[in-house]
Amino acid sequence: MAIDKEMVKRLGILSRLRIPDENMDEMVNELTKIIGWVDQLNDVNTDNIIPMNSVVEDMNLPERVDQVTDGNIRDDVIKNAPDQMDGYFLVPKVVE
Amino acid sequence: MTDLVELTVAEALDGLNKKEFTSVELTQAHLDEMAKARELNAYVIETPELALERAKASDERRQRGEKLGKMEGIPVGMKDLYCTKGVRTTACSHILDNFVPPYESTVSLNLQNNGSVMLGKTNMDEFAMGTANLTSYFGAVRNPHKDKNNPDKFLIPGGSSGGSAAAVSAGLCMCATGSDTGGSIRTPASFCGIVGMKPTYGRCSRYGMIAFASSLDQAGTMTRTVHDTAIMLESMAGYDPKDSTVVNIPVPNYEKALTGDIRGLKIGIPREYNPDKGLNSDVRHVWEKTAEKLKAAGAEIVEISLPSTKYALPTYYLIAPAEASSNLARYDGVKYGLRVDGKSLDEMYTNTRTAGFGKEVKRRIMIGTCILLEGYYETCYLKAQKVRRLLCQEFAEAYKKVDVILAPAAPETAFGKDDDSTKDPLKMQLYDIFTVPSSLAGLPALSVPAGFSDINGLPIGLQVIGNTFNEETVLRVAGVIESVSGMPYRPLRIGGK
Repeated sequence: MAIDKEMVKRLGILSRLRIPDENMDEMVNELTKIIGWVDQLNDVNTDNIIPMNSVVEDMNLPERVDQVTDGNIRDDVIKNAPDQMDGYFLVPKVVE
Repeated sequence: MTDLVELTVAEALDGLNKKEFTSVELTQAHLDEMAKARELNAYVIETPELALERAKASDERRQRGEKLGKMEGIPVGMKDLYCTKGVRTTACSHILDNFVPPYESTVSLNLQNNGSVMLGKTNMDEFAMGTANLTSYFGAVRNPHKDKNNPDKFLIPGGSSGGSAAAVSAGLCMCATGSDTGGSIRTPASFCGIVGMKPTYGRCSRYGMIAFASSLDQAGTMTRTVHDTAIMLESMAGYDPKDSTVVNIPVPNYEKALTGDIRGLKIGIPREYNPDKGLNSDVRHVWEKTAEKLKAAGAEIVEISLPSTKYALPTYYLIAPAEASSNLARYDGVKYGLRVDGKSLDEMYTNTRTAGFGKEVKRRIMIGTCILLEGYYETCYLKAQKVRRLLCQEFAEAYKKVDVILAPAAPETAFGKDDDSTKDPLKMQLYDIFTVPSSLAGLPALSVPAGFSDINGLPIGLQVIGNTFNEETVLRVAGVIESVSGMPYRPLRIGGK
């Protein structure tokens, strides 16, 4: 799967980032360079190696009692919203 | 009273206990020093009223003979990555414009509960993505150190915790928090001539730290002495039910680890950290000299091999952007921060994110999104996770033979803001070459000033890398390096006394 303008456009849509036409070539170039550079990992033999998600994987995940530990902080939670009404986050109209 | 800013944390605690001065006086001295050094751009927000209020409360606790915290009355700088209740927190990104957290991060809360006094929020690379503090929305930070051949040159402090490093180095706080994903504490510590420690992954809570790459992010300390590191780390570390990756084991008394005795300790020198190209001669010189001095102090120097070291950088630059692209999906203009309106919900998301993120952050989101695509996921992301395990296994093997590893922190000293290397992201990534392997393995690693460059007179830090949860041995060895190096630990007062 080659990195081309179509690919960068698709990545832009997935990332919700607009890549202006004048930056397209730069981004194609950049991604191509990075993917080429990390290609060296193929020199490493990783047969039978399990991917590592976390360095604390051999510890037991703690469990806690399933109960509310805070709450009644709606106004605090909503305080930073760019747009809000009656305790709700407001967004542009979604349903016609 | 201005000389109060020259004290170490340990000395200040002593002075406070002996009632030689108050926390209000100590705090005011630092606020005055901050005002004299604004050209460094170390702080993005100063909180003088809050600081004096907390200092006064600390003095009253002391007056009343209440139980005191481990950092009672000590003024600290807080990296803008830590959510602080009621104080603007942006991770130095435009997309978090005017975000005022309704809650406090566990690390900053622990420091507060131990009596420390926050002076303000320090500058950093946007979302901690950078090695030079050049990606901050609030502009570059200036390193208080000067190149002796070119004293007017604007030197970067290193990143991403560049504001914290410059502030500690210049006496604009007694110590500061940093965070380290791939070297963001150790590189600036080396460039600014201070001590920076990234503890073991799982030692400090990440609750309330703005996330970059969650399997790597770790809170840490930036101080002027190893003793102060011990005090500060003990004050911020520990189990936290709010972060499931914090390990529930007791936090040792780190000050007790500073025995000054390293006789019989085995110190590993990894030969892969000494490439023909990519390590400056002045750094190599300090590294070799320090190893000799440690040997003279009774340690045994052992050559070791970590063969996969050269694969650490590409591994890191796959895993970190992948995690970042997921973590940064939350910035959508709905719940907090910047919003740029659009005709539809999707257009609003895109407008907001396009305007809100800086160039380097966008670049990493795009890379991360790319390697998580079907087709790249197996060959890039999973492959990197497998190499990560190999790297960990090599470290584990090494620690069967040695107690700690001694390595450079950065391949060179602080560079100029406008140097050519700062324009090329791939070149900038190479500065992380000695710090990312221990990040990927989650190991405790500390950078301690070990000498000055014989070329430009700038400070050079060396890394002491320890085995998992063995911060104590790291601190012990770093303490000895500090005393044999004879490096100065008083702040560089750029505004004069």
